[in-house]
Amino acid sequence: MSVAADGKRAGTGLHLDLKVLGPILALLALVLTGAALNDNFLSYANVTNVLSRSAFIGIIAVGMTFVITAGGLDLSVGSMAAFIAALMILVMNALMQNVGSEVALVLLGMGAALGVGLLAGTLNGFLITTMRIEAFIVTLGTMGIFRSLVTWLADGGTLSLDFTLRTVLRPIYYGGVLGVSWPIVVFAVVALAGEVAMRRSAFGRHCAAIGSNDQVARYSAVNVGGVRMATYVLLGLLVGVATIMYVPRLGSASSSTGVLWELEAIAAVIIGGTMLKGGFGRVWGTVVGVLILSLIDNILNLTDGVSPYLNGAIQGVIIILAVILQRDRKAGT
Amino acid sequence: MKHLALAALMAATASPALAQQDVKVIGVSIPAATHGWAGGMNYHAQEAIDRLESVYPELDFVLATASDPGKQVNDIEDMVATRGISALVVLPFESEPLTGPVASVADQGIWVTVVDRGLSQEGIEDLYVAGDNSGFGRVSGEYMAEALPDGGKIVALRGIPTTIDNERVAGFEEAIEGSGIEIVDMEHGNWNRDDSFTVMQDFLSKHSQIDAVWASDDDMAVGVLAAIEAAGRDDVRFVLGGAGMKEMIARTRDGDPMIPANVTYPPAMIGTAIELTAVGLTSSAPVSGTFTIGSVLVTQDNAEQFYFPDSPF
Repeated sequence: MSVAADGKRAGTGLHLDLKVLGPILALLALVLTGAALNDNFLSYANVTNVLSRSAFIGIIAVGMTFVITAGGLDLSVGSMAAFIAALMILVMNALMQNVGSEVALVLLGMGAALGVGLLAGTLNGFLITTMRIEAFIVTLGTMGIFRSLVTWLADGGTLSLDFTLRTVLRPIYYGGVLGVSWPIVVFAVVALAGEVAMRRSAFGRHCAAIGSNDQVARYSAVNVGGVRMATYVLLGLLVGVATIMYVPRLGSASSSTGVLWELEAIAAVIIGGTMLKGGFGRVWGTVVGVLILSLIDNILNLTDGVSPYLNGAIQGVIIILAVILQRDRKAGT
Repeated sequence: MKHLALAALMAATASPALAQQDVKVIGVSIPAATHGWAGGMNYHAQEAIDRLESVYPELDFVLATASDPGKQVNDIEDMVATRGISALVVLPFESEPLTGPVASVADQGIWVTVVDRGLSQEGIEDLYVAGDNSGFGRVSGEYMAEALPDGGKIVALRGIPTTIDNERVAGFEEAIEGSGIEIVDMEHGNWNRDDSFTVMQDFLSKHSQIDAVWASDDDMAVGVLAAIEAAGRDDVRFVLGGAGMKEMIARTRDGDPMIPANVTYPPAMIGTAIELTAVGLTSSAPVSGTFTIGSVLVTQDNAEQFYFPDSPF
């Protein structure tokens, strides 16, 4: 932990350069591979597709970076996203008759998503900090709870947004400004804000301090419980934001929504150079990690010659390679 | 699912009293509602049980839903040990892991009805209510060949890599052979809307001309349609889904040119199995053997009779 905590200061030497460059090199290699394999890879449509679909995991992964940096973990985000999507759809369908203005209805739906996300994150944070239960166990429990609630709300089937509402919501995923779609814009804003918060704010430094050694942080007058709580609440809120982007895409939620998003988000965070055991976090790295994961899928779909049965294996190899590139030499020997 | 918990509770409290009379218990073990089709299957199982419980007072039902094969084996063991079931209706999560446990149930003289997925060993079950996966693929392929008489380029989305999926694809490929239709690309959409949306987006980037899509499942068709719409492509003439989701059946019925047809793989087959098992236990009518539920082509003309407004699927 201490190695990583002072990693930024010791910014000399080759292996540290690799630690910084590793994820970027992996991303560059993927982009070059993709461009070489298919002419349409760098087309506007494909780049927009990849970035837009990265946005869900990306927005969540930025929040996850803070949780992991502070020494925590959240396995419930995928189920939470499905649960929030389900409630957002139910709220909007229910209020459709009563609320005349479409804009107000969309805002209410968004408010519901953010509110539920906030509450769900607070629940996780409360159980972890106040009740002092291991984060892994708490979020494993809430993962099951949220997932079951979705299945129950949907009666085992699929919750669908009313068709007239779908046309109102569609622009949130498919529309945009200056040719950049909204999910990309929101992802970029969240990532920038996260990067600044991690590097420049007291909150970011407190997260790293707690993840590195919570006893020392406590003696240094850091509000350990409060900061930990805040990371889970922030993550819940960001899951809400991601869901607002997700619902307009297909206008439906079912028990298969958001399955394994938690692992994708955690993988992205770790590929990006954040330490799984906490103490050091890198938001820009997380963004690179998310893009690496999306690009692997995209390239596999765009190329022939690899049996689709092996897609999972190729993803696994690339994830491990990306982390090997930046592994800590000291820890390795 | 609300009803399941209630039914289980009622069954649990009612059983000691009923045990004194000569009540036969039928155990029903099915996979949990993890995707649309399974959700429909759960709905039809519950519906069949509710109906049969009032028809046959001498029958009692236990329903268990499992999220993985291991849990399903536990469910079946519990049913035999604690509920003394006289018959077991099982839709195996996977064929291999369930074969042994179901065989040992059959060895104890308990009637076994297997639904949809067959066991790996023949002759264990008394009744097999089978879905016809190669038939599903064949009917889909025949429709595709008919709808594209001059041939064309299509892409196909596959389900979760399983025997079911392999049989469907093999049936489809056989049916379009020699029709001039070329499958230019095929990937797994895992019977999932989000996955198929992503795969279809990438297919659209990769191929400049796609005449039709075999989505092979209505959940996947939803994702495919959203991707086509978002890309604004008009070369895709239609999307052929499958399994008969009510929203898709409604679009076929209303003459949507993008969804001209559907191929059934009815989740209600679980109801057929439970019903036949109940008949077998309460009457002298013979019900052993194999009952294959064919996959039927649904078009605008007959869509109305495949539309179930109350089903979640």
